[in-house]
Amino acid sequence: MQESSYLDQPRGLKSWLLTLDHKRIAILYLIAVAIYFLAGSVFALLIRTILARPENPLVTAQHYNQIFTLHGAIMIFLFIIPATPAILGNFALPLMIGARDVAFPRLNLASWYTYIIGSLVILYSLHSGAADTGWTFYTPYSTQSNSSVITTTLGVFIAGFSSVFTGINFIATVHKLRAPGMTWFKMPLFVWSLYATSIIQVLATPVLAITLVLLILERVFGVGIFDPKMGGDPVLFQHFFWFYSHPAVYIMILPAMGVISELIPVFARRKIFGYSAIAFSSLAIAFLSFLVWGHHMFVSGEAEIASVIFSLLTFLVAIPSGVKIFNWTATLYKGRISFDPPMVYALMFLFLFAIGGLTGLFLGALASDVHVSDTYFVVAHFHYVMMGGAMMGLLGGLHFWWPKIFGRMYSRFWSLTAAVLVFIGFNLTFFPQFILGMKGMPRRYYTYLPQYKPLNVLSTVGAYVLGVGLVVLVWCLLASLKRKRQTLSNNPWNAGTLEWTTTSPPPTQNFKTQPVVKHGPYDYEEMVAERT
Amino acid sequence: MAVHADNSKGHSIPSKVYLRVGAALLILTAITVAVAQIPLGGFNLVVAMIIATAKATLVALFFMHLKYDNRLYLLIFVIALATLAVFIILTLFDTLNRGRILPEVAAPIRSEAVIYPLDSARSGAIPTEDTSSGSNAPEH
Amino acid sequence: MNMNDNPHTDALQHHFADMEQQRESAKLGMWLFLITELLLFGGLFGFYTFYRASNPEIFYNAHSTLDVKFGALYTVVLILSSITFALAIYHIRENKRKQTLMLLGATVLFGVIFLAVKGFEWAHHIHLGQLPGKYYTFTGIQGTNPHIFYSAYYMMTGLHSLHVLGGLAVILWLMVRTRRGDFSSYYFVPLEMTGLYWHLVDMIWIYLFPLFYLVG
Ligand SMILES: [Cu+2]
Repeated sequence: MQESSYLDQPRGLKSWLLTLDHKRIAILYLIAVAIYFLAGSVFALLIRTILARPENPLVTAQHYNQIFTLHGAIMIFLFIIPATPAILGNFALPLMIGARDVAFPRLNLASWYTYIIGSLVILYSLHSGAADTGWTFYTPYSTQSNSSVITTTLGVFIAGFSSVFTGINFIATVHKLRAPGMTWFKMPLFVWSLYATSIIQVLATPVLAITLVLLILERVFGVGIFDPKMGGDPVLFQHFFWFYSHPAVYIMILPAMGVISELIPVFARRKIFGYSAIAFSSLAIAFLSFLVWGHHMFVSGEAEIASVIFSLLTFLVAIPSGVKIFNWTATLYKGRISFDPPMVYALMFLFLFAIGGLTGLFLGALASDVHVSDTYFVVAHFHYVMMGGAMMGLLGGLHFWWPKIFGRMYSRFWSLTAAVLVFIGFNLTFFPQFILGMKGMPRRYYTYLPQYKPLNVLSTVGAYVLGVGLVVLVWCLLASLKRKRQTLSNNPWNAGTLEWTTTSPPPTQNFKTQPVVKHGPYDYEEMVAERT
Repeated sequence: MAVHADNSKGHSIPSKVYLRVGAALLILTAITVAVAQIPLGGFNLVVAMIIATAKATLVALFFMHLKYDNRLYLLIFVIALATLAVFIILTLFDTLNRGRILPEVAAPIRSEAVIYPLDSARSGAIPTEDTSSGSNAPEH
Repeated sequence: MNMNDNPHTDALQHHFADMEQQRESAKLGMWLFLITELLLFGGLFGFYTFYRASNPEIFYNAHSTLDVKFGALYTVVLILSSITFALAIYHIRENKRKQTLMLLGATVLFGVIFLAVKGFEWAHHIHLGQLPGKYYTFTGIQGTNPHIFYSAYYMMTGLHSLHVLGGLAVILWLMVRTRRGDFSSYYFVPLEMTGLYWHLVDMIWIYLFPLFYLVG
């Protein structure tokens, strides 16, 4: 275990900034995404601080609008969309299919730089008066607002390319670079889910790009496409926007679901139940995700008949999601579950995502949606899905692959402490928002009626608990980097996928010899038999 | 390794294929220009789109080698076209049916819109009572 | 294949097993890129469809302000450029570098003709006040909101012309590399990939031509 790993050779900052190694690019992404997550979290805490009381003198309404726009834009476009694919996917996907790298290493590095440039453009908008439109940039307001909508949308436009590049890379890698014996149905489920994610990234992101270009053209030339006075249609913007942004929700959640499909069999010591059902449900989600975007527009004046169809299609998405939940639960049944930190996050995912998913049905149904549209119910719902789902998946995966990435193990005690704090803080923050929404508190206002105060205070307290939990989590992971590397086994979790057969951290070329795949990723019995 | 396309290497298409397909494209261009001069009402659009699609198919199959290459590329291309079709069809499904059942819900979208001439085919679909507020049409 | 026996070893990247795998991967990547381009334009086609469905009379009245001769000329030069590009790739596979270079040169020539005439046409429109959106001042088109035809026209042909321009830059670079001797029947991936792109740009024009010039 003394051989040099990808972390040691070559040395120097330049070798990192110009690296073509997928593992190093994953770490570049990890650092950048973590910084933007921190920024987004600061804005989140600001929001909760402001909302600790109505009419808070801390900020003006305009500032509040800018803060929640920045929180949304940063968290969506710079954190949750790239996070799991670009960090964990970049690191694990080639290793999991026994490849030496992704298909296009230079494109991979270009993706990181595009992301950085896009994110800097978004940050630059702070300087010229950040956008106050919400991350959705709805017209007609976004065509009239005096804030720097053009800069922000330009930044999102550029960052979008990094997502496309990652998607193209992953699809080509999965098709062309699988190791001998790695048939489609021997691929780990995380790879399947990344494959489905990449399809969405490639198909949907260009439409977002053209939407943002149209918005910029509308502001610069007044082309009138979103202006009824000029023969256009403001609701058309919502079609364009959600045609990307609904599938984008699955860009966020599918990779997390893939992580969960890895964690549950490993820590329950059972072969995954319904492998092909989970694999195909990922593709089914990718397919259905393109048919449901109109459910964001039920109260926008969309044609009633279109709403009915979109509502119906929305309910169909519950089927593949339900298939996954069912299979995960069935895998847990009679398993020998060990509560290691990654598994704790996986279980938290199951719990929180179930709440997020089921409340989604309230919003997908026409009648109940009208009642809770644009209230905190929606805010709570998508935070349960995005943070309770996508982010718990990311954290689970990060804790799972951390020893593989860095060759060091973190403190189990502190990591579990952080997980408990995150769980309590998260629920304390967002569960009251379901109630607030049901009671009619609208979202995106800097103030509220006095009767909403107790639950808002509770939510703010929760946000701080969550913040403390995340600080402990980050500190615990960073502290592990000071530990000695040599003490760790190559496969601390006894996992069956290919990346655990190489050293931790892996050598630059990933595997000493080209791996040949003989059994499936979750065939623990065969593996034990093989070893003895 | 993944299964390689069996037929890509060494399969060079004879150059006369390109010349013939090119000639066909030029002839189709001439036809579409000629047909456009004959007034057929709505059918002009249909004919033009059919000819354009024929031309695009020739380009895709021969110039872009989809006829000879791995079927995967054809699949990718078709999926993209299907996605686009879904986008356009479902969007139009909304915009063309707006306000059918509850006109007052759709009215605000067009509240500032110019009044459409009464003889326009669409005038029935647009609620007129709300549109009068924004009668500052640039030209009419 | 023993890589060390091969004179072109540098063309094979380390993470691929052989040239065939590398070429197929590049092609797959290129096709994925092409469909992102297709969907980028697709957004504009969607927007065109919406505009046209809402204002059929404007499109009918306005298209006669475009000159079919120009439209046909663009179509012809782009088709010719597609033929020459396809033949260029055919010749590099036969290791005929000189012919390849000449055919690429012809492709560039046709592309330049396209852009030059397009620029001339645009200048003419601008002179007449046929501009997009709020800058539209032309009075010769009957109906409400006649500017939308030109808004769609500039956005779609503009994005298309940008793609032609980008394609030309890449082809010029490929000509330099061909002269330098980078390509042969053993390795011609960049030529093939750019060819796919160029044909897609041609294909998009095949639709833009009738949608604006013929049945606007
Ligand atoms: Cu949605």
